[in-house]
Amino acid sequence: MALSKQEIAQRIAQELQDKWYVNLGIGIPTLVANYIPKNIDVVFQSENGMLGMGPFPIEGEEDADLINAGKQTVTILKGGSLFDSAMSFAMIRGQHVQLTVLGAMEVSQNGDIANWKIPGKMVKGMGGAMDLVASAENIIVAMMHTDKSGASKLLKKCSLPLTGVNCVKKVVTNLAYLEIKNNAFYLIERAPGVSVEEIIAATEGTLIVEGEIPEMKFYL
Amino acid sequence: MINKVVNNAQDALLGVENGMTFMLGGFGLCGIPENCISELVRLGVNNLTCISNNAGVDDFGLGLLLKKHQIKKMISSYVGENEEFERQMLSGEMDVELIPQGTLAERCRATGAGIPAFYTPAGYGTEVAEGKETREFNGKMFVLEHSFNPEFAFVKAWKGDTAGNLIFKGTARNFNPMMAMAGKITVAEVEELVEAGELDPNQIHTPGIFVQRIFQGKDYEKRIEQRTVTPKS
Repeated sequence: MALSKQEIAQRIAQELQDKWYVNLGIGIPTLVANYIPKNIDVVFQSENGMLGMGPFPIEGEEDADLINAGKQTVTILKGGSLFDSAMSFAMIRGQHVQLTVLGAMEVSQNGDIANWKIPGKMVKGMGGAMDLVASAENIIVAMMHTDKSGASKLLKKCSLPLTGVNCVKKVVTNLAYLEIKNNAFYLIERAPGVSVEEIIAATEGTLIVEGEIPEMKFYL
Repeated sequence: MINKVVNNAQDALLGVENGMTFMLGGFGLCGIPENCISELVRLGVNNLTCISNNAGVDDFGLGLLLKKHQIKKMISSYVGENEEFERQMLSGEMDVELIPQGTLAERCRATGAGIPAFYTPAGYGTEVAEGKETREFNGKMFVLEHSFNPEFAFVKAWKGDTAGNLIFKGTARNFNPMMAMAGKITVAEVEELVEAGELDPNQIHTPGIFVQRIFQGKDYEKRIEQRTVTPKS
């Protein structure tokens, strides 16, 4: 069975390490916050100016002056802090944030990512994504392995305008967990019940399969 | 102490003309200068270049200026919540420069800090870097980005005093402090205007030196774009 969006988030959450500051993008990445392993402490950074982002407020306690980068009402945890956008991106550019998790429309085997524009069709803008991918030491992309028509989104070369070049090292899709190195996707884990053959068929880019590929394990 | 107070938005926007370049604070609808935007709509000035992280929504924020075709060019990082914006952009009615959010913030800061240009890694190898100088530092590639030159900056703060000192609340701070630094004339509208001396100098986010005009705002809507809650259990 291919993973649900929640399961993709859950698998990514297992990559988080104690004492990391983490920026979560909009969509599946936001769900990662629901699956943080109990034995570690991480702090979420929201690039609109908050460290220590907490869960959604209790109904009736929403504050228009306290939102995340997805413009959703949120809370701030004890020990959190607030700051302006220049300082926020100083944290990101200065590599004080250890991990960025974001979505993508396409990823290529050399680590390029495209997630902000479909020429002539969808032009929403890159927001903070270009700053994040250009600077983060660790980037995990959360995405569907194929588009709605079944075409692979893990490519030899991205067809859409790029967000960043040579930056993605890990990808978690609904089918697999892959690492990018040596100009190829390396298959590390399969989604439970998904065969290596299915993953090969769904991957347009060069896919390296070395030895027995284990199924993903979920620890929560 | 120099007194920066003006009576209202009308007085604060004295000197605003067609064809000018403005900075407007806010992230989404959070921390936007609602009173100044309303006054720009009332004045009907057009051919404007607006530098703002977002472009509001269809019926609020900068969306109000878009609807009346007052904006010639938008400089933003994300415009996804506004259908009219997308329509005007794709049809070519309005010119749009989309730039990375951190680059936008730093370009605003650089403007006010007297820095004409700086190198950032954001956008290297993408269409954002096309036509720009690039340079390698310590084995990594960077793009040269320039400061802006806005005639006015419009910012919104939680509290301000008659000397122009500002304190922001929550994530409504966002772009407001850098834009306040950057305006040739910076107009600050505040939810609560107090006498100089009433704000703790230790707590000031934006020193009054950056603010030329300040006024007590009114009728704040403070709309929430995405109301997300945890149900009471």
